[in-house]
Amino acid sequence: MYTQAMDTMGKEPGDAKKPIRSAEEMQLEQRFDARIDEGGFIEAKDWMPEHYRKTLVRQISQHAHSEIVGMLPEGNWITRAPTLKRKAILLAKVQDEAGHGLYLYSAAETLGTSRDQMVDALHSGRAKYSSIFNYPTLTWADMGTIGWLVDGAAIMNQVPICRCSYAPYARAMIRICREESFHQRQGFEALLTMMQNGTEAQKAMVQDAVDRWWWPSIMMFGPPDDQSPNSAQSMRWGIKRFTNDDLRAKFIDAAVEQAKVLGVTLPDPDLKWNEERQHHDHGPIDWSEFWRVIGGDGPCNRERLGARVKAWEDGAWVREAALAHAAKRAEPTSLAA
Amino acid sequence: MTNPTPASAAEWPLWEVFVRSRSGLDHKHCGSLHAADPKMAIQMARDVYTRRQEGTSVWVVRSDQIVASDPADKDMYFDPMEDKVYRHPTFYKLPGSVDHM
Repeated sequence: MYTQAMDTMGKEPGDAKKPIRSAEEMQLEQRFDARIDEGGFIEAKDWMPEHYRKTLVRQISQHAHSEIVGMLPEGNWITRAPTLKRKAILLAKVQDEAGHGLYLYSAAETLGTSRDQMVDALHSGRAKYSSIFNYPTLTWADMGTIGWLVDGAAIMNQVPICRCSYAPYARAMIRICREESFHQRQGFEALLTMMQNGTEAQKAMVQDAVDRWWWPSIMMFGPPDDQSPNSAQSMRWGIKRFTNDDLRAKFIDAAVEQAKVLGVTLPDPDLKWNEERQHHDHGPIDWSEFWRVIGGDGPCNRERLGARVKAWEDGAWVREAALAHAAKRAEPTSLAA
Repeated sequence: MTNPTPASAAEWPLWEVFVRSRSGLDHKHCGSLHAADPKMAIQMARDVYTRRQEGTSVWVVRSDQIVASDPADKDMYFDPMEDKVYRHPTFYKLPGSVDHM
């Protein structure tokens, strides 16, 4: 799915840069910077600045958390999908999200953090996940709309990360992007089917879903550039390739055309083409809502986190039993001799 | 980090996953996963890494069993091959009539 990354990450103790560095470390850093400048990749065991490592651990783990929490709003509709075909598609999509979470956790682990540490950070509220998953999925049309808009926004964001300077993250991202395209297309097709063949009530249901998901979707790109203080460093390090506002503009331009094909209106009366900018102008985004949701007070924050914590705790005996079983099987048995 | 690591001794061990995409090709590293034992690792490798027919065979290896070269030794290890161009067939200039040997 996607990460709102540096903009929404809490500060951790030890973030401040250490002022004194050895000559050797400075030389290593120069070599690291040079490699980034020539478009090279950094591998897990290569030397890297501590701040680069921390930034990546946070971004990748937050991205992983988003995939995992992102299963919940859609999981809600698996048993209620209107046809067997739609059910199989939704099931495959939710399974993909689980897979994407796992690829990303693995990538983060190469940086020296453990899976349990990351899960604990999520469950204790120290780590964030994308704000979008704190909105409820009220109707079947929400499934299509999430595919079209939410996955569409995610793809816009994720494609540049395929060229991220940290190679394990880039490799995970390539795999994810390859799979994610189906997510957006199935969503659009589900909506198109309702808009072209559906009843008036079904068409109204699609419009209602679009009205509810539009603004949260464009907030997914994170705060405007002038309020995104960590972007410059991430761009310098080749972790981020485009600014939040650039990606948002690209997404809006694409969505406007797609909305016409669907036959829905986007809920922004100020949306119009700006010849000079070669992008659409849009109305003001309610950033106070964004920060409220990030801060834990969105419509579903408590429910989502509660569901994750419950799943983790309810599964504890399974994890322990599997380990005990493995240990028992590994014991040399004297009887076998 | 001021927070102590939670009991990571209880974590399932990490495995590296290698997938053969088609018969006749090599197994290629594609990622890693946690699993309690070899059987579970194979099962999960199938679920996580071959959802779209990416493979016809999977290998899993405990990550702590892999021995790797040290990135710091990269230059020392691999650069000496740079000036041994005579190891390549293109180093030898032959008359056109026999150049396809």
